[in-house]
Amino acid sequence: MKIRLNGRTIECRSSRLTGLVREMGLAPSSVVAEVNLEVVTQEKWESTWIKDGDEIELLSFVGGG
Amino acid sequence: MAKNDNDVLVLGGKSFTNRLLTGTGKFSSRSLISPMLEASGSQMITVALRRVDMGSKDENILTFIPDTVTLLPNTSGARTAKEAIRIARIARESGCGNFIKIEVITDMQYLLPDNQETLKATEVLAKEGFVVLPYMMPDITFARQLHDAGAAAVMPLGSPIGTNLGLEMKSMIKRIIEISSLPVVVDAGIGRPSQAAQAMEMGADAVLVNTAIATSADPVRAGKAFGMAVAAGRMAYLADMADEQDFAEASSPLTGFLRS
Repeated sequence: MKIRLNGRTIECRSSRLTGLVREMGLAPSSVVAEVNLEVVTQEKWESTWIKDGDEIELLSFVGGG
Repeated sequence: MAKNDNDVLVLGGKSFTNRLLTGTGKFSSRSLISPMLEASGSQMITVALRRVDMGSKDENILTFIPDTVTLLPNTSGARTAKEAIRIARIARESGCGNFIKIEVITDMQYLLPDNQETLKATEVLAKEGFVVLPYMMPDITFARQLHDAGAAAVMPLGSPIGTNLGLEMKSMIKRIIEISSLPVVVDAGIGRPSQAAQAMEMGADAVLVNTAIATSADPVRAGKAFGMAVAAGRMAYLADMADEQDFAEASSPLTGFLRS
């Protein structure tokens, strides 16, 4: 299925958010996920199913002033 | 001495005994952040939120910050109030607490804040229970508007971000300190401990320093220097130093030696 991930359209192989974070090669502890403008905390990733057309943002806290 | 007793800065119901706020940007190594915090005594530090780099195994920056330090996520990258509000909500929901530094910038040359968008974001986020610390162009009317919008403090800039130019906005900041019923945190452009001390002597309630500490050759030592300068400036303010004057006034008796 196709999703919008961080502003780009991609073909997503994972069915759940946990899988997507893994698919992208990210360390889960550093990722903040937002699905269709709703923040999804890490304990809910496993139960969050990805649907065609979802807008997903994977973010992280970085250095800043 | 009454003025000195129990000198704490209260923001969002939290008491801070240290008046230096620091930032996590521009450090050559993130492992310097924790020793810098310890050396400076800083009890509040800013972080930013960005899209991840796919494939990045970088550890979360939050793991480099001791639990005892209050996080102040900023809304950097936001060009509108709407974007700032979205960042603030994400930061709170991801467990960063309810403090937020509003930073809305549309001027990419001097990185000066957009006061109008900042006010809109402040209004919304204060109503949602955030402790809102807006980064602002020093302007008295705007400081009053931020107060009415529910801000917890105002953060006028000393000079543009990262310039180390110090208190270019000194006279306007002085007036804001004079009229503001909210704490005044001088944010941005402070490049030397002496400039931080000067802001505190003027009566600023705190200063926020990132670049000057992080880009020095020894951030831990620089943090310590800023911590000392902020404490000294605060102490001088509380001591209510005598005014400057144009004429000399002897510190020793004016009678000549061995003459009456």
